[in-house]
Amino acid sequence: MTVRKTKHEMPEQKPKDRIKNFKEVPYGYDEKTAIEEAKRCLQCKDRPCVIGCPVEIDIPGFIKHISEGDFDKAVEVLKTKTSLPAVCGRVCPYENQCEGECTLLKIGEPVAIGRLERFLADYEKNKGVKIPKKGKPTGKKVAVVGSGPAGLTCAGDLAKMGHAVTVFEALHAPAGVLMYGIPEFRLPKKIVEAEVDYIKKLGVDIKYDIVVGKTITVDELLHDYDAVFIGTGAGLPRWLNVPGENLDGVYSANEFLTRVNMMKAYKFPEYDTPIKIGKVVATFGAGNVAMDSARTALRLGAEKSYIIYRRSEKEMPARDEEIGHAKEEGVIFKLLTNPKRFIGDDKGLLTQVECIKMKLGEPDDSGRRRPIPIPNSEKKIDIETAIIAIGQSPNPLIPKTVKGLKIGKWGNIDTDEDGRTSIPGIFAGGDIATGAATVILAMGAGKRAARAIDKYVKSKK
Amino acid sequence: MYKIVEKKVLSETVKLMKIKALLVAKKAQAGQFIILRIDESGERIPLTIADYDRKQGTITIIFMEVGKTTKQLGTLNVGDSLLNFAGPLGAPSEIKNYGTVVCIGGGVGIAPLYPIVKALKEKGNYVISILGARNESLLMLEKEIKSFSDELYIATDDGSKGQKGFVSDVLQQLIDEKREIGMVMAIGPVIMMKVVSDLTRKYGIKTLVSLNPIMVDGTGMCGGCRVSVGGETKFACVDGPEFDGHLVDFDNLMLRNRRFICEEEESCKLAGV
Ligand SMILES: Cc1cc2nc3c(=O)[nH]c(=O)nc-3n(C[C@H](O)[C@H](O)[C@H](O)COP(=O)(O)OP(=O)(O)OC[C@H]3O[C@@H](n4cnc5c(N)ncnc54)[C@H](O)[C@@H]3O)c2cc1C
Ligand code: FES
Repeated sequence: MTVRKTKHEMPEQKPKDRIKNFKEVPYGYDEKTAIEEAKRCLQCKDRPCVIGCPVEIDIPGFIKHISEGDFDKAVEVLKTKTSLPAVCGRVCPYENQCEGECTLLKIGEPVAIGRLERFLADYEKNKGVKIPKKGKPTGKKVAVVGSGPAGLTCAGDLAKMGHAVTVFEALHAPAGVLMYGIPEFRLPKKIVEAEVDYIKKLGVDIKYDIVVGKTITVDELLHDYDAVFIGTGAGLPRWLNVPGENLDGVYSANEFLTRVNMMKAYKFPEYDTPIKIGKVVATFGAGNVAMDSARTALRLGAEKSYIIYRRSEKEMPARDEEIGHAKEEGVIFKLLTNPKRFIGDDKGLLTQVECIKMKLGEPDDSGRRRPIPIPNSEKKIDIETAIIAIGQSPNPLIPKTVKGLKIGKWGNIDTDEDGRTSIPGIFAGGDIATGAATVILAMGAGKRAARAIDKYVKSKK
Repeated sequence: MYKIVEKKVLSETVKLMKIKALLVAKKAQAGQFIILRIDESGERIPLTIADYDRKQGTITIIFMEVGKTTKQLGTLNVGDSLLNFAGPLGAPSEIKNYGTVVCIGGGVGIAPLYPIVKALKEKGNYVISILGARNESLLMLEKEIKSFSDELYIATDDGSKGQKGFVSDVLQQLIDEKREIGMVMAIGPVIMMKVVSDLTRKYGIKTLVSLNPIMVDGTGMCGGCRVSVGGETKFACVDGPEFDGHLVDFDNLMLRNRRFICEEEESCKLAGV
C-alpha cells in the first residue's frame, strides 16, 4: 500500500474574505477526511510522536480509533492526557513537537496530528461533553492563582481527585492568554468558554477580580487552604527601549490584543472599550504574538500591516501555520530590520519609525545567528500605529510579594520538575515558572503539579 | 456583583458612591485605587479610593462625569450593582512624619487627597491643605478635609470662594512666608500637578503626585498606563500611582491621556449621555 505523501487539506476561509471578519480561519476536517488522514499513520512501534509530545498523549492510539471510525474511543484516549484538546488542537506548535518526529517526514508531510486532535475535540463538543466522575471528597482545599491553561488544568485535575478547588483570577474573565491574547479568528472564545465550563462542572469554583498579592496575599491563602498553586503567567510586556516608544500610537501587543480580544474593542461602540488604528501598522517581533497582532490589525481595517524583525525568516519563532496565514492575508515582512527610534508629529502622534538594516553574524547563546547592524543603512518608514511584540516576562506581582520564595534569573518562580517551590505548600507552573512558553507546556506543568499537590495534601495531617 | 449602598450628589457632575466590596475594604490604604466595570459591554476604568470602611466592608469612590462610563455610573442608584470591582491596586502612599506637609487637591483630585490628609495627620504631621476648583460649586469634601488639617486654604479660578487664582499661588505664598515644608502632595489635573512640581523643584521641596493615565487591566500586564519618570518607563498601576513630581514627564502624560478622545466622544454621543 502506498501512503499519501501530503496531509489532507483543511478547508479555510479565503484570505480576502477573512481579513474582513474575526471568524475562525480553518473549518476543520469532516469525518470522512479525518478517517482518511488517520489512515496515513504507520502506527510505528517506537512511537516517535509520543516522545515529541510534552504531555505524552497516546497519539497512535487515538489515531487508530479514528481510522476505525470509533471517535468516542478516540476521544477517551485523547482526554486521559489533555484537558484542553480543543485549544491545543488549534494552537500547539505541532511542527516542533509530535509532527516534527513523525516517520512520514522521510517521504513527505507528517500525519496531521494537530488537525486530528482538533477534529476530535470539536466532535466531542458537538455531541455534548461527558463530565467524568469526581473522586471521593478528600476534605482538602487547594487555592489556584491565575486561570490560564496552567491554573485551569491543575484545578481540573485536583477536582477530579476529590479536592475542593478555588481559582483566584485577577481579571474579570478566565483562561489568561487564551482569552485576552490569542484572537478570536484563531481560537474562538466560545471554545475557550466551553473548556472553562467543563472545568467548572468538575466542581472548580472560579473567583474573579482577585489580584493575589493585593486583594489577598499568598500567605493568607496558605493559611486558609492546604496548598496553593501559582499559575500567573508571563504577563509583563517587554519594550524595545528606543526613543519615542511612549508616543500616541505605540501599543504593547498585550494592550492591543487585550483591548481587541478581552474587551471586544473590535465591536466598538457596541462595547465601550476603544482601539485606534492607523492606515499603516507595524508590528515588531516575529513570534505568535506578533503574527496575531499583525493579522488583527488587518481585520481592524489597516491598509498595510508590516512585521518588522531583526533576524531572517528562518529564525522567526512563530508557528509555521501563523506565518503562512499572515503571508496569505497580505502581511508584509520587513526582515533583517531593527527599529532605532519612533518619530512623532508636533502633537505627539506617531508618524514614522527609523530602522536600520541588519545582517546575521555568528550564533549567540540562543543558538540563533546574532543580528548585526549594517552601518549607514538607516531608513525611515511611514507608520501610524506600532505594536511591540518582542516578548513577555513573568508577572512580578507574586514573586515580589511572597517572602522567601526563590526567584530565578528572569524573575520567574523557581520550581522543580513537579512544580514545588522553595516554600512547602506553594507550587507553581506555566509561564510564571518557565518564562513565556506554550499552552501545552503550561498545561503539562499544571498536570504534574496537581499530582504533586495531591501527594502533599494527603501527607499533611 | 458589587452593590451600591450609598450615593450622594456632590455637585452637578461629581458623585460619591459607597460600594460593598468586602475584600477590597479589608486591604485598602490611602493612595490606592480600584478598577471597575459596570456591565458586560463596559470598559474597565480606574478610580481612586476616596475612603474605606473596614467594618461595613465598603469603599467610597468619588467621580466626575467626564466620559461614557462615568456618566453611566452616575445614573446608577442605591441597590444597583457593578459587575466588576477589583482592588486595592497600586502602591499605598508613603505615610510618615515629614514635619509640615502641604496637601494640594484640584477639582476631582480632592477626593483621593482626603484619605491621604487623614493618614498624614494621624502620623503627627502639621497638615496644610490647599483645595482648588474652577468655582465654588465644584469644591468638595471641604469640611472633611478641614477636620484633619491644621490650616486650610481655598483657591477658585473665578474667586467665588477663597482666594481668586490657582492652588500654586497659595503654595507660593507659603513658600514666600518661609514656612518649613517637608513634603508637598499634589493630586488633580495633570497641568496642576505639573505647575506645582515646577514650583517646588525651584525650592527643592519633595513633591509627590498621583497620576491618572488610561488603564486596562491594572495588574501590570498591558503597559497602557506607562509613564516616563526620570527617563524610565514606569507602569502607574503597579509602580505608582504616586511618583516624584520632579521626575514625571507631564507633557507625555497629557498626550497619552488624549489617546482615545475621539472614540470617547463617539461613545458618549451614541449612548446619548
Ligand atoms: C498573543 C499570544 C499568542 C500565543 N500563541 C500561542 C500559540 O499559538 N501556541 C502556544 O502554544 N502558545 C501560544 N502563546 C503562549 C501561551 O498562551 C502561554 O504560554 C500560556 O497561556 C501560558 O499559560 P499560563 O497558565 O502559564 O499563563 P497565562 O495564560 O498567562 O495565565 C495567567 C493568568 O493569571 C492571571 N494572573 C496574573 N497575575 C495574577 C494575580 N496576581 N492574581 C490573580 N491572577 C493573576 C492572569 O490574569 C491570567 O489569567 C501565545 C501567547 C500570546 C500572548
Ligand atoms: S493598566 Fe495595564 S499595565 Fe497598568
